[in-house]
Amino acid sequence: MNYKMIGYLTGQMIRVLGILMLLPLIVSLIYQEPASRNAFAVTAIVLIVVGTLVTLKKPENKEIYTREGMATVTATWILVSILGAVPYFLSGEIPNFADAVFETASGFTTTGSTILNDVESVSNACLFWRSFSHWLGGMGVLVFILAVLPQNDTKTMHLVRAESPGPTAGKLASKMSFSVRMLYGIYIALTVLETILLTCSKMTFFEALNHAFATAGTGGFGMKNASIAAYDSVYIDVVITIFMLLFSVNFTMYYFLLSKKFLQVFKNEELRFFLSIVVTASLLIAINIIPVYGGFFKSLRYSSFQVLTVISTAGFATADFTEWPFFSQMILLILMFVGGCAGSTGGGLKVMRILIMCKTALREIRCVLNPRSVVTIKCDGKAIDKEVVRGVSYYFVVFMLLLAISVLLLSLDGHDIPTTVTAVITCLNNVGPGLGEINPSGNFSGFSSWSKVLLSLDMLLGRLEIYPMLVLFTIRKK
Amino acid sequence: MNILIVGCGKAGMILTRTLCQEEHNVTVMDIKPNLAENVLNNFDAQGITGNGLIIKDLQDAGVEEAHAVIAMTDSDETNILCCMMARKCGAKHAIARVRNPMFSQQLVFMRDELDISLMVNPEYQTANEIARMLRYPNAIHVESFANGRMELAEMRVMPGGIMDGLVLSALPSKMKLRLLVCAVMRDDQCLIPDGNFVLRSNDRIYITAAHSELSKFYKQVGDVKNRIKSVMIVGGGKISYYLIRQLLELGMQVKIIEQDLNRCEQLSEWFPKADIICADGTDQDILLEEGIANVNACITLTGIDEENIILSLYAKKIGVNKIVTKINRTSLLPISDSVGLENIVSPKNTTAALILQYIRGKEDSQGSNINTLYRLAEDKLEAIEFIVRGDADYIGVPLKKLKSGSGFLIAGIIRNNKRIIPTGDDCLKLNDSVIIVTTRQKVASLDAMFHAEEADRSS
Repeated sequence: MNYKMIGYLTGQMIRVLGILMLLPLIVSLIYQEPASRNAFAVTAIVLIVVGTLVTLKKPENKEIYTREGMATVTATWILVSILGAVPYFLSGEIPNFADAVFETASGFTTTGSTILNDVESVSNACLFWRSFSHWLGGMGVLVFILAVLPQNDTKTMHLVRAESPGPTAGKLASKMSFSVRMLYGIYIALTVLETILLTCSKMTFFEALNHAFATAGTGGFGMKNASIAAYDSVYIDVVITIFMLLFSVNFTMYYFLLSKKFLQVFKNEELRFFLSIVVTASLLIAINIIPVYGGFFKSLRYSSFQVLTVISTAGFATADFTEWPFFSQMILLILMFVGGCAGSTGGGLKVMRILIMCKTALREIRCVLNPRSVVTIKCDGKAIDKEVVRGVSYYFVVFMLLLAISVLLLSLDGHDIPTTVTAVITCLNNVGPGLGEINPSGNFSGFSSWSKVLLSLDMLLGRLEIYPMLVLFTIRKK
Repeated sequence: MNILIVGCGKAGMILTRTLCQEEHNVTVMDIKPNLAENVLNNFDAQGITGNGLIIKDLQDAGVEEAHAVIAMTDSDETNILCCMMARKCGAKHAIARVRNPMFSQQLVFMRDELDISLMVNPEYQTANEIARMLRYPNAIHVESFANGRMELAEMRVMPGGIMDGLVLSALPSKMKLRLLVCAVMRDDQCLIPDGNFVLRSNDRIYITAAHSELSKFYKQVGDVKNRIKSVMIVGGGKISYYLIRQLLELGMQVKIIEQDLNRCEQLSEWFPKADIICADGTDQDILLEEGIANVNACITLTGIDEENIILSLYAKKIGVNKIVTKINRTSLLPISDSVGLENIVSPKNTTAALILQYIRGKEDSQGSNINTLYRLAEDKLEAIEFIVRGDADYIGVPLKKLKSGSGFLIAGIIRNNKRIIPTGDDCLKLNDSVIIVTTRQKVASLDAMFHAEEADRSS
């Protein structure tokens, strides 16, 4: 493996992270919060200096392959989770470092689970850094670096592939730099639009910006203890619902819209499948919870918000769904696994994988009934590569195995079954809230430090889709 | 420029790499998903699975906005049809790889009626290159500019020869010839020398001069290898077909060794003057029997790279003066150089260079246009011929006031059919053909060259 190049790329990431920490520093200056100001200033300077020193000499051998790409991405994400936690710790907002790491990992992986009992007492700078980490993590930290740095190394595809969610990764246009800039352009435009729409409500500009960041990355960190429910506004609910939907759609669709290929969007199977899941689930839950809220439209408002917050893996809360009928809770639990579309900022297994798995299952049934039949699995009118189909099935198996192991390890902490199981599910799928003690109005502070580290790892595994993280175990010394 | 390459075999890959280095927007389409995937992984280019003959696939690949479509599949007919369709869809230029000689005979019709801007025949181009090499046996490589008015030759400095230890400024007076050493390859490094540069043995030097001066120069350099009179060619494929014709026209004696009897009969029908031997060319006894020890040149053109290399090494051991080796796989090029084979041709590289030259010529460069472009010394050196157009600030200024930076040299000027080997007092004029040798990549125009120069000086 080309360790020098991995080090170089990681160094670049550290420097960019340091530069990005100047933003919460500005926030702390505006709101005059000396503790956070010092914490962010010190961390930013140290990161910039270290990053610059590491990247002073560009390695001669710039070749990177799949292994290097995966190793870089893993190293980056682990480092980001640890380094990003330093300001929380230094400023004294989160005195336990394991807690701080959990909070940061939850931010960058866009999970949105928190250990904070009282979010409202946290300084504005730290709140900003929390939501901003969602925004960065949503699209990918390394993809961000590729977008801002004028690099024309040709092998960057390996980095993008390791970081981007979904069974396959591609480029929008021939130039990688153009592709990632286009993606970030769409991302920024949608975020700005949401900020403007939210500013028109009860929210202040700062609140609107933070919530827009949290929605864009489909993270779900709120600024109130009761999350979105604190505003109790139909307008805010609707705006956030719509944007959660927009951000869990494959971003390639927006590129198609911009290049006026409307038919490709309209005929996209994944998008149709995703929308039909959302509509069916919302209606089923809405009917199921009419007894709780009285009217159909009121139930629909809460059910559609909850369905999208779970399927997009954002994890905001307008209502405590643990008080809903059991049927609704189960639907939401299943939706946690589904997640957003491939190539979106959502987590979970991805709609594309579910679609392929459903088709594989149907094919198997046909093959059982007629053993001689040959059926190819097609999507959008094109046959899906056998490797991809196989990869999806194996991914599911590994995912479930990991889930079982994590649940087993977490059970050492001694919480009840719903809490333990849903904690792992919510972290692996990057959703946020679960059932039991970690219901939408609860939090993760009840877990031990070591469980928090385990859950942070689960979040990273879920965000990077397992395989890049497994590279760590294959490193051999030469 | 937006460039769409259809077909991504070995030649397509080399072309993709070259065009990506030039920072074009390259999209590659191939029928095989794994090849398209390969492109995505290895180059900063888009890779699409699709068929170049299906309009929808072409449109998905963005043929409407393409400045050039290059069809590189292994079938001539597919390439031609693909180019025609691309032109109808709105591509500005279409380049087809066409190998069948029957098509090149109707070049004008193909260009004017079928709208194919350029047809590249790798075998024909390679044969041309070999023929040029044989004309100057001492040079490793010879390229010509301005329709042959100026030539650029590559040669090795022999230990103990006149050139060994010579200071460059003393060269013209010693030789009484007007020529210019414009680049030196020493230990894998490419240098642009000045007057104080001292040549060492085993340097590979690049010289520009007129054709006649170059011949005289070779006579003076001493160890004159006589003109090549007899050639042995191993392998009777397409390159051989084109090559034999050219060599016979030059009055050389040609002997071809080919294994396939049918092919031999065909060749003997086409070239009654040549000796056609039906035998296994890899058998050393047969080579000896056919007199490899007595020929001036040996050219190995079999379909297998390794065989070509071994055969060439054998010929070198026997003492053949001039050996040309065909190598298809680019990864073998550095290896063959290290075992001492100097004259190597690679049809795929030749194709890529030719297409690149065409694409660069079509690029919208201000004031001056590229006429010819050669890549030398394992792509470390480029020799480019520009035409001075429009009014630029460097016109009429003596060269010594213009050039002071490194990595770039004006190697020759052609003005109204007159050849000038420039000195510091010469200056550029409108409509001059200027030959520039540079170690920089991606030089698109004279302006870019001179302005980069100023930027260097000011920084």
